[in-house]
Amino acid sequence: MDKVLGVKNLSKVYGPGCASCFELTGPEHDTNICPNCRSVVAAHDVSFDLYKGEILGIMGESGSGKSTAVKCLYFDHEPSSGRATFFDEGRQYDLFNLNAAQQRRLANHRFGMVYQNPHLGLNFDITAGGNIAERLLMSEVDNFSEIRGRATSLLSRTEVLPERMDELPKNFSGGMQQRVQIAKALVTNPPLLFLDEVTTGLDLSVQAAILDLIMEIQQEKDTAMIVVTHDLGVIRLLAGRTLVMKYGRVIESGLTDQILEDPQHAYTQRLVASAL
Amino acid sequence: MNEIPILRVEGYSKHFELHEQGKIIPSSCDVNLNVYSGRLTALIGPTGAGKSTVLKGIYRTYLSTSGRLLYRTVSGHEVDLAQADEHSILELRRTEIGFVTQFLHALPRQATEDVVAQPLFQKGMGRSEARDIAHKMLAAMNLPERLWGISPATFSGGEKQRVNLARGLVSHPRLLLLDEPTASLDPKTTERVVRLIEDLKNDGVAMLAIFHHPDLVERMADDVVELEPPLSIEKVLKEIA
Repeated sequence: MDKVLGVKNLSKVYGPGCASCFELTGPEHDTNICPNCRSVVAAHDVSFDLYKGEILGIMGESGSGKSTAVKCLYFDHEPSSGRATFFDEGRQYDLFNLNAAQQRRLANHRFGMVYQNPHLGLNFDITAGGNIAERLLMSEVDNFSEIRGRATSLLSRTEVLPERMDELPKNFSGGMQQRVQIAKALVTNPPLLFLDEVTTGLDLSVQAAILDLIMEIQQEKDTAMIVVTHDLGVIRLLAGRTLVMKYGRVIESGLTDQILEDPQHAYTQRLVASAL
Repeated sequence: MNEIPILRVEGYSKHFELHEQGKIIPSSCDVNLNVYSGRLTALIGPTGAGKSTVLKGIYRTYLSTSGRLLYRTVSGHEVDLAQADEHSILELRRTEIGFVTQFLHALPRQATEDVVAQPLFQKGMGRSEARDIAHKMLAAMNLPERLWGISPATFSGGEKQRVNLARGLVSHPRLLLLDEPTASLDPKTTERVVRLIEDLKNDGVAMLAIFHHPDLVERMADDVVELEPPLSIEKVLKEIA
């Protein structure tokens, strides 16, 4: 099996940081704020591997550090320490030691990101089609009809009416905006996709349709995905393996059915027991 | 018998530690058994003896507390399913080890034919080819054709059970774990399932099964393993201390 991503000891601290930050925070201390220097330890010592076509779930409540981990990998945030290696077409990229241009290139060509908030993922000043075209232009496709053609086929694939591709994203419903974001993320055929709480806040029927779409894409294209969510249902449906995070630490990881049926950590047991 | 077993369970035990209640619940205790290709091993014993737990341990839905679950792969390697890394387990589930449980977990919006074809989709088989095989399986299970295109959510218990069985058998695993596969079937369908299991056995599939009916154990089992209810909590605590 092909490894797509290897993450080792990823940490992210907001604030000055001190020698006791890691010692005095975490689930045993019930906080991620260092009592000594008031820095926030958003994520510490996060390690995992991701293989081709695999969906890894990262589960935890708000403030657990699950989004931080993914945002570091997508270069939205700079990690404080740790290593991440991306394996692509026979090459290896040491993600946190690339220069800004190299990072932009990977983010535009080889990664896709779908945010909970469509304002982060879409440019609201340009049309749905324009958003997709922008990403293709950044990845050096500059033939107008090819761009238009790919945008049209992606939008119909994600069930956005192609007739609406020249409308601004603000005219769309929340579910529709997420579909445009997914189309935009997929247009370069990335081998790695990050999904950060993509169905949170949507109607249940819309959630189901978006999750079905994600599953179909994974089966069709064998895309590796990291799905960040607080929703056990999303994890159960999509993820083969799951990491559980609390106060910036991975407290438990395993096969998803094992995490849900035989959770080991007291926190995970409580989480699973409180599912609806 | 001098054949090499496909699965050797050695001293398998499992207890659950419930942090919230501060309790340890013993489930399976010191289970030893062998499973062979082309043969069916039946697990028997009273409720609470940890029969289902053994199956879930082998499938790694439960982590083991102790013991070894030695599985011989198609390439002849021996893997301890209790210790193997998660990617190896996922790969074995995809290609070699199947599990039919008492309950059907399916999306309420997925057609029955796709529920059954799912393991084939995951193996990378094309949609129409996979559905053809699913249709044959559903026909063999005596499930009316008019139901194939709709979700099993509204099916009766017996119908769901047949869908579940069809899905478990469709990918033709080398080792099949069966947890009361005929629990809610009428006598006619039970007979069909019995015949299907016989066919699988003749094809060389190894099976470890729990049947709710002693008759079925008598008819189907080549080997029988009886489990006893676990020791009391105090004894378990003494053991791990």
